[in-house]
Amino acid sequence: MIAGISIYEILTLTSILFFIGIYGFFTRENLITVLMSVELILNASAVNFVLINTYLYPDLLQGAVFSIFIVALAAAETALAIAIIINLYKIIYSVEVKDTETMKY
Amino acid sequence: METIIFYILAAVIILFAVASVTSRKILRAVVYLLFVLIGIAGLYFLIDYNFLAAIQLTVYGGGIIVLFIFAVLLIHHVELELEKTALKKKLIAGLLSAAGLAVTLWAIFTYQFPETYPAYTSIEVADIGLILLSYEDGGFILPFEVISVLLVAVMIGAIIVAKGKKLVEDGSPKSEEGSKI
Repeated sequence: MIAGISIYEILTLTSILFFIGIYGFFTRENLITVLMSVELILNASAVNFVLINTYLYPDLLQGAVFSIFIVALAAAETALAIAIIINLYKIIYSVEVKDTETMKY
Repeated sequence: METIIFYILAAVIILFAVASVTSRKILRAVVYLLFVLIGIAGLYFLIDYNFLAAIQLTVYGGGIIVLFIFAVLLIHHVELELEKTALKKKLIAGLLSAAGLAVTLWAIFTYQFPETYPAYTSIEVADIGLILLSYEDGGFILPFEVISVLLVAVMIGAIIVAKGKKLVEDGSPKSEEGSKI
């Protein structure tokens, strides 16, 4: 835990980060920037796992382990999504959300 | 001292997160996202979780951001500006996020967390390794293996998706539909 900082302040920080990510997810119209907003959301939740673990249950490790899994999942998801986006650009020459209308080819 | 560092980190994280979702130059947005991720790594250092801070710096700062920059440079011209989002859409999204934030903060501040926190020692890498590979109650061997299988599947999938057309051209009739436009 951080000396002098209560759990409320940190949870406020991560909630603000999470909803900034949600805002970006709603307003962005480019697939890459939407993906960046998803990264923000995932990061906020990973910080929450670690913080609640260290503040409330310091003798357990479950939250720490889950944050590692979140990082692994985020990396996997980003790699796959960027492969799909680049492939999509090869086919329709655009990565705007409104231009992607078909899933197949 | 730690309090001051925490507030500086919080300000950096929130400012750059806002800049990252509102900037219209896409490469700049990626760099702002990098600053947010580094700020979060600083937060992990502050709570003495060095292992995850290192992971955050290498996987996010080193890997994911480079992937994003590659994708941006392959797809966009560097100077290209994104389309402006409609004001109405921005307003609705802002209101929805603010409402969600208000509900979340209300839930957090009305919940009674314990006043005093238990004594805390930093999370050691050895402990994480032991619990990840433990077969006993509360061990994480199964999710660990599932994640490794998932990573292999994602690697193969990303390679196949990214090279797409060539594989299809090897004899399957689908290739002509795939290569039109």
